[in-house]
Amino acid sequence: MDKVIIAKDLTLSYNANETIINQCSFEISSGEFVFITGASGSGKSTLLKSLYGALTPKQGELAVGGVTMKNISSKKLNFLRRHVGIVFQDYKLIKEWTIEKNVMLPLIISGYAKDVSEIQVQKLLTHVKLNHQLGKYPLELSGGEQQRVAMARALAHNPIIILADEPTGNLDDYSSQVIWNLLEGACTQLKTTVVVVTHHIPETMKTDYKHLHIEHGSIYEVS
Amino acid sequence: MKSLKNHFSLIAALFTILFTIQVYQVLNRSISSYEESLRANYSIVVISDSNLEEASLKSKFSLVRTLEEISPEKVIKRLEKEMDKTSLGLLRASLPKFYKLSLEHYPQPSEIEILTSQLLNMKQIKRVESFAQTHDQIYKLLLLYKGVTQIFAFAIFIVTILLIAKEMRIWQFQHQDRMNIMALFGAPIMLRSAVLFRLAILDALIAATLVVSSFTIIINTGWVEPYFDDINIHITIFNYAKDTFIHYGVALSLSIILALMLVVNHKEEV
Repeated sequence: MDKVIIAKDLTLSYNANETIINQCSFEISSGEFVFITGASGSGKSTLLKSLYGALTPKQGELAVGGVTMKNISSKKLNFLRRHVGIVFQDYKLIKEWTIEKNVMLPLIISGYAKDVSEIQVQKLLTHVKLNHQLGKYPLELSGGEQQRVAMARALAHNPIIILADEPTGNLDDYSSQVIWNLLEGACTQLKTTVVVVTHHIPETMKTDYKHLHIEHGSIYEVS
Repeated sequence: MKSLKNHFSLIAALFTILFTIQVYQVLNRSISSYEESLRANYSIVVISDSNLEEASLKSKFSLVRTLEEISPEKVIKRLEKEMDKTSLGLLRASLPKFYKLSLEHYPQPSEIEILTSQLLNMKQIKRVESFAQTHDQIYKLLLLYKGVTQIFAFAIFIVTILLIAKEMRIWQFQHQDRMNIMALFGAPIMLRSAVLFRLAILDALIAATLVVSSFTIIINTGWVEPYFDDINIHITIFNYAKDTFIHYGVALSLSIILALMLVVNHKEEV
């Protein structure tokens, strides 16, 4: 299987004094479902940030989708991000845009034709059972609904990787289950690589997954 | 509503800046007009033993604009009753030549001093009357007007900078979320900031149009011109071609610079 993410002796830090991830190596294959767990402040989100280029490696090597992340140019980073779908705990929807336009965002950025984008958005919003809320604004929806919109947005441009940072952290059990089903569906049906940062792995997972655990700046694979 | 409020704040800031620029222009034009009327009314009287040539004088002194002979006949006519024809003929023959020198611009006191001494260095010139004391007072008054206008312009500059800085902070808060989210999905910088530029250009056009409309109304109601007419100053309050161009240019430049600074200073959240 192709390796979508390769980290070799990866060191991550926000400043010179404190190292968050220290010389870690791991690999993630195409189509794999991966959980990254660890205590609060262990560096889970930091690792995820490095995967979408919000944080550059201090030392070591990191390649995502074949793109080397160290000293990456903004042009290359934009190109990579157009092939990645990201889901956040706080949804990160654009408040002044409608649900339809929010889901359309990756398609606008990738230069899809308007009619093609509209069909795709309709399809995705139907999939997340929000097709009747097209013209609404994010703040008019519940937290669970907003996260479903964020999921639809992450899937809109058929990304090669979905990165999710505590996607169910703020949700009730029902909404959480919907999000897990969508993430599993993306992995099994679309063969998208899914990397999820979470505190707890859901017991209802039907798909095989890889489990990476972060502790004291080191990453272990839990079998 | 919030977005409308933010729109209004930039339009209001730009409108204030543009309106003040136009007021400054009107003040500047009235001072230039006053200076021009002073120049037109000011002249130096030169008394010479022999004829003076305008061309030769102009070639020697760049400040000289025209040389005009003052006829002594007016004075001689007043003496006709008291003197006989022979005496008048003798007086006419012995009188020196009187000339009125008009200048290229309203001179500084030092320029008058230099010109006077240079004219007196010419053998045939006996006397130069520059009315220095009166000139000095008027010149100081003009300097005072100019000084006040410059302080006013400086104050506008400071207020403009403060307003722009305030607007920048409002815009930063307003747009950084959207720009961050777009960046996360790989939007190039121009696409991320397109909304910002669109809003900046729209607000600039609205503000400039409001200022042009305001001055059109001011001119058409005709309540400003009589004040200038009263002090014999005739100026164009609003030059449609030039001033409209200035207002749209300044408004667009300011708002685009504002948007550009936001884009350049925008840092992705880590």
